[in-house]
Formats: sequence, C-alpha cells, structure tokens
Amino acid sequence: MMVLITYDVNVTTVSGKSRLRKVAKQCVNYGQRVQNSVFECLLDPTQFAILKNRLEKIINPEKDSVRFYFLGNNWKNRVEHVGTKCGYDPEGVLMI
Amino acid sequence: MRRLLNTLYVTMPDAYLACDGENVLVKIEDEIRFRIPVHNLEGIVCFGFAGASPKLMYLCCERGVALSFLTTYGKFMGRITGNISGNVLLRRTQYRWSDDETISSRLSRRFVAAKIINSRAVLHRVLRDHPEIVDNNLRDSLVLLARMPERLERAADGSAIRGIEGEAAHLYFSNFNKLILNQKDDFQMINRNRRPPTDRINALLSFLYTLLTHEVVAALESVGLDPQVGFLHRDRPGRPSLALDVMEEMRPHLVDRLAVTLINRNQISSDGFNVKENGAVIMEDDTRKEVLTAWQKRKQEVITHPYLGEKIPLGLVPYVQALLLARHMRGDMEDYPPFFWK
Repeated sequence: MMVLITYDVNVTTVSGKSRLRKVAKQCVNYGQRVQNSVFECLLDPTQFAILKNRLEKIINPEKDSVRFYFLGNNWKNRVEHVGTKCGYDPEGVLMI
Repeated sequence: MRRLLNTLYVTMPDAYLACDGENVLVKIEDEIRFRIPVHNLEGIVCFGFAGASPKLMYLCCERGVALSFLTTYGKFMGRITGNISGNVLLRRTQYRWSDDETISSRLSRRFVAAKIINSRAVLHRVLRDHPEIVDNNLRDSLVLLARMPERLERAADGSAIRGIEGEAAHLYFSNFNKLILNQKDDFQMINRNRRPPTDRINALLSFLYTLLTHEVVAALESVGLDPQVGFLHRDRPGRPSLALDVMEEMRPHLVDRLAVTLINRNQISSDGFNVKENGAVIMEDDTRKEVLTAWQKRKQEVITHPYLGEKIPLGLVPYVQALLLARHMRGDMEDYPPFFWK
C-alpha cells in the first residue's frame, strides 16, 4: 500500500533539530521524498508498523506531529502532480 | 502470497551503485541520480560495467535482493547472493532425486510436456487469429505436437525425453516465422541459434531468456532449492540446470509471445540491431531499453494461475512454480503441477 507521510517537527531548540533529522532519515529509508517534509512510501503492513513505531519513538508528542495518509493499492489514480520533480513510480519500469 | 516487487535495471555503463541506509543509490560521476528503498526491489540487473560498493552488496545479500551482472549484450556474467535459504534436507532430497533416473525422468516429463503443450498453444493462436496464412506444415506440426505428451509418457529414459524435447523444439521453431505478421523481411528465423545469435529474432529471444533465467534462479534460491542441480538438464559447471528445467514450461508464454508482440506491434525495428563482421547480431541500446520496458510490463500482467486458481502477476509464476516444486520434494504434494497456459 502507498502511505503518504508528512511531518512537522518543532526546530526552535537544538534537540528539535536533531529530531527533525532523525525523522527525515527514517522516512528516506522507507520511501521517496516528494517534497521537503512529504514522503511517499510503498509499504506492506508490517513495514508500516515498524516505521510508525520508530517515528513515534523519535518525536516529542507535545511539540511535533506526523500524519499518515493511506492511499491503498490503487494509489496511482489518487495522485496528481503539477510542476517540477515529479519523482518516480516505484511500481513502474525502473531503468537508468 | 508473496508480492511481486520491482527490478532495477542499470544500463548506463558509468553508473555506480551504492547504498545509504536502506536506500539503493545510483551514482553517475559522484552525483546521485536515483535513490530507492531496498524493500521495493527484488532484483538489480546491471548491464555493462556498472560498479557496486561492497556495502550495497552486503545490503542486497541481507535483504535477499538478487544482484546480477550482465554484459551490454545481455550475456549473464555473475550474481551476488547471500546464504542459500531453506534447509539442507530439501536440497539433499533434490540431489538424491537428481541422481535417481526414475524420479528425474518423471519430473523431466512434466517440464517437457508443459513446454510442448504451451508451445502448441502459441502456434494454435495463428490457426484461430489468422487462418489465411496457415499451411500444411503448420497443421502437421500441430498434430505431431499434440501427440507428443503421450509419447513422452512412454519414453524410457532421460535421453529419450530429451530427444522428444528437441524434436518438439524443432517443429515449433520451424513454424515460428508464421507468428511474425509485420516486418516479415527484417525478422526471419531460419533456426534457433545462439552464442552468438545470427538473426534478429534469435538475438531477441536469447536476451529475453537471459532475463527469465535471472528471475527463475532467484525464485529457486528463495524457496531453498539449488538452481544448479537439475533433472532434465544434467550438471555442467556454471549452468543453472534446475532453472533451465523450470524455465521450459514458461518460455512459450512469457518470452516467445512477448518477442512476437514486440515485432508485430513495430515496437522494435531492424535498425535497432547491429550485424557484426562474424555474423553475430547485437541489440542496440534503445532496443534493449524498449525490450526491458516491455518485459517489466509483461511481468505485471495478472493471470489466474491454472493450478492455484489464484490471481497473480505473470512475474510471480517462476516463484510459484519453484514453491510447488519444493513442496513436492518435501512430500507435501504427490506430484509437481507444471505451468500450463492456453
């Protein structure tokens, strides 16, 4: 399933900046960065559970937030892109 | 059921594969051109001299991603795999069965019968779709092919089975030209030849068979079988005999039909091939990309598996067959059901 992950991490403190880096790193590991704090991750339910758990451990629930949008398996007709950096389709042909 | 994951094809000769955390990176001149999480991949295939960092190889082994290296022309050079999965008892059974003439023959009959029936189905389409070009040779071949499964059952030993297989392949390929409806002059097949292929169809078929081998080897390894110890194909150093056995039943539907479609739809043309001084025919870069794209799309086509009755993408057929073979060897199933497709 495709999961869209967005986050907002409070960076007014040094520990906030460190949390931001950690959250971003985890998201990069699991998916494609489509915009600055927006990730598209093609995951199975287990992988999602692991990622969610990791993110929950990193963030400070008083200051930060993470949102997960589930686009399911038919995600391709739920996403439209306008403008630059259109990214790649993880289920399409991957050739370099 | 396992999901069909994607395969990354690296065709740029100056690409370098590296990893960053859980990501596979493709770098060109130290600049990151592509980045994808490793869990979205089930294989990486490099054409030509693409480098890879040891850390990436480590990651691929750990995650069971098959990393294969092919020459620019698609000849298989090598692959990197981690520990052989599955258990030693299964592999021991496989070795014992391979040494046992009776069991080897029984399994060989399954592979070859499915291949003959599937090849016949491919030829039979001409009869249905284009009756105007059917000639006596095709009609006779279809009749002969239809009788072969019965002859197979009577075949005494492995060499008799291999004989029937060769005969069937000859009949099949002697009619292969009739499947080509467009660009007939440029795509003519006289016989099946390889190393090197001397006509465009053979070049195309050989390339696609190499891609299929990559997938079948990976599938066999993932269920814990040894791809090098076969039943129909005997041992030869470096030859993935079991993979070649299991491939037989998939060749007509997965590869041959695709090759014909590519030609008939004018997706590839004669300009995309180079003829060398020694008569070898080599695919050019653009053609290779076109073929790889078509192959990836082909693998995503959903079919209902004739034995399981489940809907699966074509790309999972090698995995399903490997799994069924492993189950048969474990004794969970009476016999091995090969892949039939009409």
